[in-house]
Amino acid sequence: MRAFEAFHLAIQTIRAQKLKSGFSLLGVFVGVSSLIGSCSIANGVNRYMTEKFAQTIFGVNTFQLRRRPIFTPNVPDSVWRAWQRRPRIRFSDADAVEAGLSVPVITAWQSSDNVTVSFGNKEARDIELTTASERYFDIKNLRIATGRAFTGEENRSGTPVAVLGEAVAKRLFTDRPPIGRNVRIGGIPYRVIGVVEHQGSLMGFPLDRFVVVPALSPAQNLVNPPGIVDAFLVKANSEGEMREAMAEAEGIMRSRRHLRPQQDNNFVLDTSEGVQRFWAGISRIIMIVMPGIVIVSLVIGGIVIMNIMLMAVAERTREIGLRKSLGARRRDVLQQFLAESTAIATVGAAFGIVAGIGLTVLINALSPLPASISPSSVIAGVIMGAGVGVVAGVYPATRAARLDPITALRQE
Amino acid sequence: MSTVQQFRTGDTPLPDVIILTHKLTREYDMGSELVRALRGVSVQIRQNEYVAVMGPSGSGKSTLMNLVGCLDTPTSGEYWLNGQKVSDLADDELARIRNKEIGFVFQTFNLLPRADALHNVELPLIYAGISAHQRRERAAQALQRVGLGDRMDHRPNELSGGQRQRVAIARALVNEPSILLADEPTGNLDSTTSTEIMGVFAELHRQGQTVVMVTHEHDIAANAARVITLHDGLVATDQRQAA
Ligand SMILES: Nc1ncnc2c1ncn2[C@@H]1O[C@H](COP(=O)(O)OP(=O)(O)O)[C@@H](O)[C@H]1O
Ligand SMILES: [Mg+2]
Repeated sequence: MRAFEAFHLAIQTIRAQKLKSGFSLLGVFVGVSSLIGSCSIANGVNRYMTEKFAQTIFGVNTFQLRRRPIFTPNVPDSVWRAWQRRPRIRFSDADAVEAGLSVPVITAWQSSDNVTVSFGNKEARDIELTTASERYFDIKNLRIATGRAFTGEENRSGTPVAVLGEAVAKRLFTDRPPIGRNVRIGGIPYRVIGVVEHQGSLMGFPLDRFVVVPALSPAQNLVNPPGIVDAFLVKANSEGEMREAMAEAEGIMRSRRHLRPQQDNNFVLDTSEGVQRFWAGISRIIMIVMPGIVIVSLVIGGIVIMNIMLMAVAERTREIGLRKSLGARRRDVLQQFLAESTAIATVGAAFGIVAGIGLTVLINALSPLPASISPSSVIAGVIMGAGVGVVAGVYPATRAARLDPITALRQE
Repeated sequence: MSTVQQFRTGDTPLPDVIILTHKLTREYDMGSELVRALRGVSVQIRQNEYVAVMGPSGSGKSTLMNLVGCLDTPTSGEYWLNGQKVSDLADDELARIRNKEIGFVFQTFNLLPRADALHNVELPLIYAGISAHQRRERAAQALQRVGLGDRMDHRPNELSGGQRQRVAIARALVNEPSILLADEPTGNLDSTTSTEIMGVFAELHRQGQTVVMVTHEHDIAANAARVITLHDGLVATDQRQAA
């Protein structure tokens, strides 16, 4: 009997026993769909993190001179307290680093805190106020939708002008033009000169609830003590030049702080690498935990299929006896039942792939998690599904193949 | 008596002897007791004979048929089928012989309930490795031979008992076997239908088919030209009769 015949027969049997087959392919279905779903999440998060998140938070080829890292997942209290004891970054530190760099860069000061912004009797609460110097917009790649950004001159003279995030402009002005209006930022009057393009959201966090004002304008006192910045941003032209600039900045800061060679830095030169490492870690966890779920459901799926097949062999003992009496060899019977279990598992895997793709689409639509299908997981799903079918079928099929025709035929 | 050749161990059967058993025994070890279902059966059946095997229940008729049909292997003795000694062949070789040389008709029909008549008849051809197209053609011919050319797409539950047994006969014939074996083929049929099935057997025999049939009914056995009677695992009588 050819393999094709065996598969044809298997499909016929499966169609004739839809309910039982449906039940038996559930395990493989769950296994394969969770495989594809989890790979999609890991894959999507990974891509998102490297492509968008890092760039949004840091900018391309950019590092930040800070007291402590920007992204600090699960640090112990002791480390946190040590960070808090470090001296803060001063305007003079930023100026010294800028003056000392030999690599061509653009730089910006940046400090942030949350404030309330109001216009007349309208209020926008919990708005991120960033006091920054003029190149901040270039480094963060923030494009102006209407109006303009502030100038270096306005920054140095501390002119009270503000550039709004889209959500703030909408909240305060609805559809009226905001340019030239006077708003209050933490109670301090500012004139709106520009609105930034829509930024969307990142992992569910809205990115348009901010206002940017000159670093030396009056609101600086809402954010930091005099002379202090949260971060000094340095953007180079390439990754290599960024590394050079970082080395130079490190030397400058160490000498300014009189650190001896054996002393650690009491500042950080933070890049998107830290974030990316963190997310690589998360996706590794997904990749470790999910295979567990996948393997467990495939094993359960395999056991279910094996039991269903054993039941099928018991139920169809007469049929097996008849086939043998008509000339089926052991190998024919073996092939028939293996084909059946493989077909069940493969159909389960196929449904699982469809569901996994559906799950991915659903995750993208309904949750902040980005997900994107990983083609290798689809291939792995098919192979695993069929593999489970073969493995689960071996024992029942062997039992069927070994049946004695007379005993089998006599079975009621 | 119609013994043609006094067969001794080491001999080979004459060319036209299709079935030859020599001192065939079959014992079942039931733990507490040894059931001796056959205790040394020697028979020879020639081409185009029509033989009925009779005897009381438990006399060993089915055991003999299973051995002759290569569904079972003897405890001792020789079995020659069509000039080949098959009593000591292995499992898969027996499967090949069942497929090529033997057509078996069962008392309970043994049709696949979910398959139509044509597919049921096709089954032996699948295991003979014949292409799908040829299978359909030959299965259709076999069904026409038993008068079921117009019922090919019917499932067993859409057929009467006599029609089901005809499908089973078509299935037994489809591989053009050397012998047609039937174990109580009319055991589940009423007398009218039994007569009809005996008509089919008679016609096949007339066309040259060798037929061996187990029955315990005398009027069924009366269709055969020769009657072998078993008693307690031994041949009691072996007589030719006018058909
Ligand atoms: N598989 C078996 N195991 C044990 N005893 C059996 C088996 N098959 C047949 N027998 C015994 O062998 C004897 C002959 O049985 P069988 O050939 O079926 O008789 P018949 O067909 O003439 O009624 C009976 O005593 C029966 O109980
Ligand atoms: Mg019997």
